[in-house]
Amino acid sequence: MNSIEINNLTKKFGSFTSVDSISFNVKQGEIFGFLGANGAGKTTTIKMLCGILAPTSGDATVGGYSIAKEPNKVKLNIGYMSQRFSLYNDLSVEENINFFGGVYGLDGKDLEDRKEWVLKIANLRGKEGLLTESLPGGIKQRLALGTAVIHKPKIVFLDEPTSGVDPISRRNFWDLIHHLADEGTTVFVTTHYLEEAEFCNNIILINAGKLIAEGSSKELKSKHLKNKMYEVECERVVDALEILEKQPYIDESSIFGNNIQISVNSLYESTKQIEETLTGQHSIEVKRIEEIIPTLENVFIHLLEKHNNGSAN
Amino acid sequence: MVARTKAVAKKEVKQFLRDKRLMFVIFFFPVFLLVIFGYAVNFDVQNIELAVYDEERSDVSREFINSLTSSSYFTLTKTIDTHKEIKQTLDEKDAQVVLVFPNDFSNKFYAAKEPAKVQFLIDGVDGNTAGIIQNYVMAATQAFNQKYQQEVLADFGQGIQLPIDLHPIFWFNPDLQTTKFLIPGLIGLILIVTAVISVSLTLVREKEKGTIEQLNVSSINTIELLMGKSIPYLVISLINAVLILVAGYLLFDVVVKGNYLLLLIATLIFLFSCTSMGIFISVVSDSQQVAFTMAAFASLLPAVILSGFIFPIDSMPFLVQLLTNLTPTKFFIIALRAIILRGVGLQAFWPQLVYLLLFSFVLLGLATVMNKKKMAHR
Repeated sequence: MNSIEINNLTKKFGSFTSVDSISFNVKQGEIFGFLGANGAGKTTTIKMLCGILAPTSGDATVGGYSIAKEPNKVKLNIGYMSQRFSLYNDLSVEENINFFGGVYGLDGKDLEDRKEWVLKIANLRGKEGLLTESLPGGIKQRLALGTAVIHKPKIVFLDEPTSGVDPISRRNFWDLIHHLADEGTTVFVTTHYLEEAEFCNNIILINAGKLIAEGSSKELKSKHLKNKMYEVECERVVDALEILEKQPYIDESSIFGNNIQISVNSLYESTKQIEETLTGQHSIEVKRIEEIIPTLENVFIHLLEKHNNGSAN
Repeated sequence: MVARTKAVAKKEVKQFLRDKRLMFVIFFFPVFLLVIFGYAVNFDVQNIELAVYDEERSDVSREFINSLTSSSYFTLTKTIDTHKEIKQTLDEKDAQVVLVFPNDFSNKFYAAKEPAKVQFLIDGVDGNTAGIIQNYVMAATQAFNQKYQQEVLADFGQGIQLPIDLHPIFWFNPDLQTTKFLIPGLIGLILIVTAVISVSLTLVREKEKGTIEQLNVSSINTIELLMGKSIPYLVISLINAVLILVAGYLLFDVVVKGNYLLLLIATLIFLFSCTSMGIFISVVSDSQQVAFTMAAFASLLPAVILSGFIFPIDSMPFLVQLLTNLTPTKFFIIALRAIILRGVGLQAFWPQLVYLLLFSFVLLGLATVMNKKKMAHR
């Protein structure tokens, strides 16, 4: 069953097209990763799906309601958390929970039960009276998620929820997201961190408002990266990169840290070929050559370069 | 609906109680204004400094000077001996008025063939005060003349009957005290400034901190949000109004002559229009700083200059009179003066209330239109 269905959704601001006729579906209870560079149109899409921004054309159904025709019904079924963790810093933990509970129409026993739950997932039991301002980023983030889903929505949108949070808090936060998904909540999440995208059941990538790839992490890797990849550790990295770029057996090359990563094509025979090129012809000492398993980052850089070159031509 | 509005109102109160700076502004500002306007701004002219240049020094001139200085309006501060000193006295502000008797004053006075001339030189820099001084001087001269005529006729065994004897009595403010007249205006001024600033700030703060996004995606609607946000400030403003009335009574003897219920209704309607001004400002500004500046400017200046609080609207040029309609304070002050000073009923000021309501709805409509436009471009 699809929780979100998007058909040719488009948003224009004047002559600028922020979201360009994208279509995809999100299944109930899955964690769906929505990736793209800054300014690719992620936040605009989320705002449309939340019913706070009307699309220029196209439509989407969220939890069974059309965002163009029934945005207010859409709002009843969703939770939303932005990168800014919209909590009131000058209110205490409990006051924040009471406020958002009240805004979502909870009271009495329902509110007490949910308050208990939020305090539990945010590890804030017994600290209800603390000012939110004084909480560390990771805790604030969990509290923000708790208040965003205090009304038990079927779908929750998380717009870069982990930006500016330390790695351990991020890992804990993802455990929480999995927990929500296990309970049947559809989680629609945007992120910059590609290792986080590996946690998603399905991923789509958009660039300049257009959808350029979709599928699971595994599918994306096998579908878009057919070539083998190697990592080369050598001296004079910049010179070496320039040389390798010109070799007919190499398709793509880039610097990762102090090393060079290359993807090779059918003209490639063995690592000797690379050593011969660098050491033999240009006397650059090669320390290590290793085959590597491509990451999502490799896939996306490959896809984005392809897409940008395509649109440039 | 009620539950969501209540949740917002509760939150606002908690935030207000934690915001010591805003609390200080909202409760200190009225006291400050009341003291400034109540004690410092005073248009009653008394103890006018008088200098005399008497070329003759006759008994008549002395008697005339005494008739002036025996009232509390004039104080003799300087006696001048040469003509040159007159200019010097006015230049150096040693006196506000110089009284000049020519050396044939008593001759002409007793000969009674032509009037004896007396010159009053008034410092005209402050036109308002100069006008008042002129009136005092003329009245004093007239009284002196009348008294003298009666004495002369009595010497001949005759009385004189004045054709018209004028007895002016001032209603509503018998002593013509400026403070009594200012207090209602002051209530209007304080309420509009505190209400517009607090309402616009509380709304813009949500925008600035980004919390408005969370409210936008929730099922709370605009009316619930605005009600929840304005009701606490409405109550705070009412508390302020009561404080000013109590202070006005204790410090300046201002008593509400009219109906308290009418006073409450008029105040609520006025606060509604202040709230809509605050909402409008919050739509057009994106940061608390901009909102504060706009709110202070849009509420304070017109309320002081254009509302008739100090400067009478009737004596403004026509175009400026049209401009005065831009501040709701003008209409509220008319209603307040009617209730507090005159103690009259609704029939005297209902058009003002209708106008205030109209003003509010026009501003709210404008705010809605501009908000929609802004949302579409975000």
